[in-house]
Amino acid sequence: MVDRLPVAVIGSGNIGTDLVVKLRRSALLEPVALVGIDPDSDGLRHARKWGLETSAEGVDWLLAEAGRLGIRLVYEATSAKVHEAVAPRYAEAGLVAIDLTPAAVGPAVVPPVNLLTHLDAPNLNMITCGGQATIPMVAAVSRVTPVGYAEIISTVASRSAGPGTRANIDEFTETTAHGLVDIGGAGRGKAIIILNPADPPILMRNTVYCAIGADADRAAIETSVAAMAADVAGYVPGYVVRGVVFDEGPFGTPAGEAAARVTILLEVTGRGDYLPPYAGNLDIMTASAVRVGETIATRRGLVVPA
Amino acid sequence: MTSAAMPAAPGFRLTDSTLRDGSHALRHRFTEAQVAAIAGALDAAGVPVIEVSHGDGLGGSSFQYGFSAVDERALIAAAASAVTRAKLAVLLIPGIGLADDLHVVAELGVSVARIATHCTEADIAIQHLRTARDLGMETVGFLMMAHMTDPDSLLGQARIMEDAGAQTVYVVDSAGAMTTHDARARVAALKAGLRPGTQVGIHAHNNLSLAVANSIGALEEGVDQVDGCSRGLGAGAGNCATEVLVAVADKLGYVTGIDTMAIADVAEDVVRPVMPREQIIDRSALALGYAGVYGSFLLHAERAAERFGVDAREILLELGRRKIVGGQEDMIVDVALELSRRT
Repeated sequence: MVDRLPVAVIGSGNIGTDLVVKLRRSALLEPVALVGIDPDSDGLRHARKWGLETSAEGVDWLLAEAGRLGIRLVYEATSAKVHEAVAPRYAEAGLVAIDLTPAAVGPAVVPPVNLLTHLDAPNLNMITCGGQATIPMVAAVSRVTPVGYAEIISTVASRSAGPGTRANIDEFTETTAHGLVDIGGAGRGKAIIILNPADPPILMRNTVYCAIGADADRAAIETSVAAMAADVAGYVPGYVVRGVVFDEGPFGTPAGEAAARVTILLEVTGRGDYLPPYAGNLDIMTASAVRVGETIATRRGLVVPA
Repeated sequence: MTSAAMPAAPGFRLTDSTLRDGSHALRHRFTEAQVAAIAGALDAAGVPVIEVSHGDGLGGSSFQYGFSAVDERALIAAAASAVTRAKLAVLLIPGIGLADDLHVVAELGVSVARIATHCTEADIAIQHLRTARDLGMETVGFLMMAHMTDPDSLLGQARIMEDAGAQTVYVVDSAGAMTTHDARARVAALKAGLRPGTQVGIHAHNNLSLAVANSIGALEEGVDQVDGCSRGLGAGAGNCATEVLVAVADKLGYVTGIDTMAIADVAEDVVRPVMPREQIIDRSALALGYAGVYGSFLLHAERAAERFGVDAREILLELGRRKIVGGQEDMIVDVALELSRRT
């Protein structure tokens, strides 16, 4: 048994609490504190029951106590506004921040695609749930053949779309579209989000379309997609490719005419930790964030794996 | 034919959506010349509002819905150059289009922003309705697939749009699934529950052959605005045919300001020649209305049926069972793939 790296989670809502559940299972990270603003929140009550230190006094408490608790890494699960304000204070205190808000203070990371290039960053951003689900697939295609244009559709259960997403849905589509290009390797990108209110709630669905050339090696694309899906499923067990379909064009994409396209149909079932299984969109964020923390902890030598 | 309006005569404002909803039927292949000809003819016949955009609204050009042959900004500019009196409108579905897109089209001369969400998700339109108001545009909230929720819940969603600055809220029967009773009940709930200054509209599809009847039923409940498409050109079996609506309204004494014979000529002489086929209620279109499936799925389902060797109607019925909402065209391939594996 190795000593796990003590970490803190800031934000005791659905995301923060689900993150704590996953961190409790981690062999490398140990959640020692959950910080919120409402002492009666369900998340803080759970955390007390699990033996974490809790505070409703926000980041001031955390910065004062980080030394005593040995915390080197913090997860931000509050809001973009809060994180923008406190990020410099984390940096000053030498705390690595993994940011699950849309603040985008640090570089955006997708574990199997670009995490290793940003291991030394003091602040890492988790983009969006749709980005975590789809960018690996765009990268899987673009490492085989040029992708002039990529487009993704994320459909989530209405009940799992929080007030932040609803109030600024453009931020989701724009941030995700940038990720398809900057991280996924597409020439241009577009993202669409759809909320489905069906009851019982639908599982998170994502569809990835990539424009490809006439001579693209389709067998190699399928192999690459399967390998990438296995990588993602390594930290998001409910991540499944339901189908890979090739269609002949021509397609008049914004990046010019494409001879063909590949369509990758994805389904994400959540683990049902703090959030129900239909909330695969939230699950993929928290599971990816755990993977980022674990990778940083081992690669920087903060903890030695058994 | 309608002549000078009697002061007390009831009336309504007609928005013609041939150049937006009709985009589905043309697989988003409208050219600038076609748009200019249709917009000019509608304007000359007295249509007060003309909607132009990709079928899925601004930013709809995509793999998911079909790429536009001509950038919708060019199509809007073509319409703007062809009209003298009519206001131009656009559709914007949050999650597909961006609030920033409104800035672009406002500069092109668009003055009516119609912001559309699924009938239970009105709050995602708040950002876009506010942007449209800030730009000085007239604002319409467009509650799609309104058959999927009850009248009281629909009113709750309409109030969210009203509070965000929508001057009109539409009951949108995207699946052409409403009976006349369904349409009237929803319009009545909005008329009774929204503020007196807020207008109510109806957008009907013809999958159950009720588009005109439902629009007239809505008028009898006091609806202020009605959508039509010339010769019904639109998703699924098509929309409430503008020229039929105008003729019936004329007979019933509703003032529209539109010349009945002239609008019938537009349908026959200008719109029919660009249509790939007449709008009919075949078994697939009927399945849309019967199962309550988003109208624009029709052509995508037909293509997927051919591609995977399955029945289009089976795809549509399965989509209805899964409670798929507007915009989820990717699920058509998912369902077709699954059906093909079963056989």
